[in-house]
Amino acid sequence: MSRQVSSSDSAMRWATGFFRDRNRTIYTILLVGALLFPSIADITTGGEGNHLVSTAADAGVFVLLAIGLNIVVGFAGLLDLGYAAFFAIGAYTYGLLASGLLSGSPLHQEFHFPFWIMLFVAMGVAAAFGAILGAPTLRLRGDYLAIVTLGFGEIVPRIFRFLGAGSPIGNWTGGVNGIAAIDPPTLPFFLTGPWVGAPIQVVKPFDFSDPIAYPMDFYLLILILVVLSIFAVNNLQNSRLGRAWMAVREDEVAAAASGVNTVAIKLLAFSIGASFSGFAGCYYGAKLSTVGSENFEFIVSVTILIMVVLGGMGNIPGVIVGALTISFVNFYVLTNLPDYASSIASTIGLDFLNKSSGDWIGLHDEVQRLNYLIFGLILVVVMLLRPQGLFPSRIREQELEKGTAEEAVFDLREGSPE
Amino acid sequence: MTAPETEQPTILALQGVTKRFGGLTAVGNASFEIKKGEIFALIGPNGAGKTTLFNTITGLYKPTAGQIIFQGRDVTGLKPYRIAHLGIARTFQQIRLFAYMSALDNVRIGEHSRMHAKLWDAVFKTGRARREEAKVTERAMELLEFVGIRQQAHNYARNLPYGHQRRLEIARALASDPRLLLLDEPAAGANPQEKRELMELVQKVRSQDITVLLIEHDMKVVMGISERIVVLDYGEKIAEGKPQEVRTNPRVIEAYLGKSA
Repeated sequence: MSRQVSSSDSAMRWATGFFRDRNRTIYTILLVGALLFPSIADITTGGEGNHLVSTAADAGVFVLLAIGLNIVVGFAGLLDLGYAAFFAIGAYTYGLLASGLLSGSPLHQEFHFPFWIMLFVAMGVAAAFGAILGAPTLRLRGDYLAIVTLGFGEIVPRIFRFLGAGSPIGNWTGGVNGIAAIDPPTLPFFLTGPWVGAPIQVVKPFDFSDPIAYPMDFYLLILILVVLSIFAVNNLQNSRLGRAWMAVREDEVAAAASGVNTVAIKLLAFSIGASFSGFAGCYYGAKLSTVGSENFEFIVSVTILIMVVLGGMGNIPGVIVGALTISFVNFYVLTNLPDYASSIASTIGLDFLNKSSGDWIGLHDEVQRLNYLIFGLILVVVMLLRPQGLFPSRIREQELEKGTAEEAVFDLREGSPE
Repeated sequence: MTAPETEQPTILALQGVTKRFGGLTAVGNASFEIKKGEIFALIGPNGAGKTTLFNTITGLYKPTAGQIIFQGRDVTGLKPYRIAHLGIARTFQQIRLFAYMSALDNVRIGEHSRMHAKLWDAVFKTGRARREEAKVTERAMELLEFVGIRQQAHNYARNLPYGHQRRLEIARALASDPRLLLLDEPAAGANPQEKRELMELVQKVRSQDITVLLIEHDMKVVMGISERIVVLDYGEKIAEGKPQEVRTNPRVIEAYLGKSA
């Protein structure tokens, strides 16, 4: 009896210890939520959850992107306004090397490299472009870097659009039509043998070929990618490199004087950040099975930046929650809002609002038109309520809550004659 | 002081170091040598170019002319991190800590250049990275102990009292395992008690076989601990020697008190 009490006691102690760390609590809730989500979606929609699961997989892409941008903006303090460019580079890398498109190029040869290898190739290519862009610009101060990245973010999709059919050097990217019929991932033999599916049914059949009908596979894949990325970035944050990034963010001169090669360390942050974007791009291309330059406009870069800032810059769980929140608003709230608005209008007897007359285009379309206004309002409200982000790192919390009072004391001390 | 004097080799030699900003000569033709193991002070009125000289030695500025030789090696114009690697560490006149990092992390940054973990080790937290982290953390705690602020290890640098911030900066500088430590007005803003402690700390640093070059305004501190002194005025060296020689040098008195009418 007493033994039982003590063992449950120690379990309790373990649990309270485990959950005292706020981040662990958030991770646990997120993971459990992610694992239950497909079933919940199925139950709440009466077996029609596929669309929701597919949307959630898209949100997972943005989680990956936000985690990557957080390295650049949150850890190293470098403002990157063209992050979607690396996303595009990743997606096009996979698209070009895993579809029939290059048979129409001057090469006259199509490639179909396996997805699993291309994930890492796309990562490497994006990282290389990050280094190429970073090398000449990271010597510049923050504001200049922001402008250069902004330009890069504009240039990359344009280049992809321009190098289509009819460009002077041939059709390399599919131009305005983008790339279609990109190969889905295929599973290695041990996951496709006779024990999968009907006759023996040891393993549930996996099928990446139809993301609309079978979104679960893509959902699980992104979940695995996100979990692996969290581990990697967490380790990075607590390593020698993570510390150096923060030192550069806090005081570049002092970091250099302490022996940190600031240019190299910033370049590394930029390049690793880009590699996550390339990683996400490869997955995105495979899931949509089509990529086009319009998927990577400036608004995408800004959206990812919003996720990072709104979630809590520098704090990985915060950034994940930020990405999920914005994805939810973008993919769910804003797309369903017009329908909600018109159905609310008819239930409370304002049905006339739903009919268009004269300049009035009807409530449904009007709300649709105001999408970005509503998006902006939501952002303003959230930032007013929680200026430090939803789940800020302890640093930002201090900075914003206690900053002003202490600053004053500190200044007095600095200015004291001696 | 009882340190051996003339027989020690030179650790840092400045040969005609000049730094101009446009038409303004902040440091003009400064030449002096610092012997290994001594406590050497750089003094002079405000605006005499002392901090500029520090910035030039540590690579934040490139000298307009002249050479800086450290341990027999020309380090003129090298990047700051390279100079730190070679064994020159410094503190700043206006404290420059990593405000939103713990005291421990501040010191661990100082050890950055002595660490070897690569990207691979960091991402996968390899055994090598873990062992290195453990070693570095232990050494950082020792350094915090050495400067007397071990109890502050897990507080943000910005939340430390002023005197502790000064000490933390010294600990961070020592973490890079320097042969020469440059202290820029370490006693600024300190009360008499803190000044005494600081002087003890500087002596303790020197006893670790680290040469100390310090800028200081407080004459009690300067005269109390330094073995040799160089006096700068308007960017030029006007005197050099032992404390008592410098104290009685008419040019120095003039620079500090103005020409007597």
